[in-house]
Amino acid sequence: MRRVNKNERVRISLTLNGRKLAAEAEPRTLLSDFLRQGLGATGTHVGCEHGICGACTVLIDGVATRSCLTLAVQAEGREVTTVESLAAADGTLNALQAAFRANHALQCGFCTPGILMSFTDFLARNPKPTSEEIRDVLSGHLCRCTGYAGIVKAVEEVAGRGAT
Amino acid sequence: MKPRPFDYARPDTAEEAMALLAEYGDDARILAGGQSLIPMLNLRLIDAALLIDISRVAELDAIRDLGGKIEIGAAVTQNKAMAWPKLAEKLPLLAAALPFVGHFQTRNKGTVCGSIAHADPSSEIPLALAVLGGEIVLRSKQRGERVVAADAFQKDMLTTARAADELIAAVRFPVTAGQGAAFREVARRHGDFAIVAVAATADRGNAVRLGVGGMAGRPLVRAINGDAKAAVAAWADELEGYEDLHATAALRRDLFRNLSPLVIEEAKGVKV
Repeated sequence: MRRVNKNERVRISLTLNGRKLAAEAEPRTLLSDFLRQGLGATGTHVGCEHGICGACTVLIDGVATRSCLTLAVQAEGREVTTVESLAAADGTLNALQAAFRANHALQCGFCTPGILMSFTDFLARNPKPTSEEIRDVLSGHLCRCTGYAGIVKAVEEVAGRGAT
Repeated sequence: MKPRPFDYARPDTAEEAMALLAEYGDDARILAGGQSLIPMLNLRLIDAALLIDISRVAELDAIRDLGGKIEIGAAVTQNKAMAWPKLAEKLPLLAAALPFVGHFQTRNKGTVCGSIAHADPSSEIPLALAVLGGEIVLRSKQRGERVVAADAFQKDMLTTARAADELIAAVRFPVTAGQGAAFREVARRHGDFAIVAVAATADRGNAVRLGVGGMAGRPLVRAINGDAKAAVAAWADELEGYEDLHATAALRRDLFRNLSPLVIEEAKGVKV
């Protein structure tokens, strides 16, 4: 049984975008803060910190998860995938990102990393979703620029091509 | 928006989790999916001396077909239940209710039992469980196992019959294969907690059980006989409802009055 006392800082190891990394955290450290402050991966954005806005969504073992509703210690030993993993090393956008750019699916871009990660999971499970299904998944995110129509269009375009 | 400090334990077995509950009682909280607990900790609405993380306890992460009942373990997520191949056939009401529970992203972590443990008066899973007359399996180190009917379990808003040292090990839903079922709700945004949620089952003889969430501190259930509209209208007049940021009590009663006949017809298999 893993036990950590409050105020005790322990080393948490996990795989982030294919690399084994570790940093120290308290039991109460949220995964969102651990990624940004512990591991320096600031692509994951933090909005509401109570699970409503979806900005902090990452994949844990391939499953879209609110990182603000996950303790860092809960992700111990898991594979965490964030927005930094999507583009190629030379910066070439993947199909989903390229479709977002082509369809004006981002304005300020704050909510975008979470939305990209949600659809990375969802399209892997359901490569040919209906527009209704896309909207249903998108309902788990808030875009304060209200650019939802472009986001739906971008996901439809990628799903139509069958490539993400 | 950061939680106050707490100890963390990640037991490997239900036994270990129950031993910690016996030791800490009310000062401990079970962490399964964390989709209700962690927001409350982040907002500092609640405190815990110890979080007992059962998300990796393999024996609790199972759906078992017990014949007349389907048992869903404490670590089973809502999306895992939704993906269970026999769900629509065996538990059509739960199949109809689950898409309204939070969002795709929160259902990936949120558990079926966690929603029942949290006991929000407008949440969908406790309502489905109440309409189906399901039961909750509680286990403690000292007293072993006891099974509590849904009706006796949820007492009021966020209040249940669980004793401080008890682990909700599983929940059992009676199989209603062949019965009609329907679920509808009104919420500000799809995936939010319902303002009013209505669920119904109808057997082959068209005997209807109707339940409503969001009208009282817990789901309310009644058998509806004869003229459904009249029966619902009479029931609505008895209910006080409650007022909050989202709706007045009068609006809640109106929603209940208008949603219920549609849900009943749908459960009976009538196209509405």
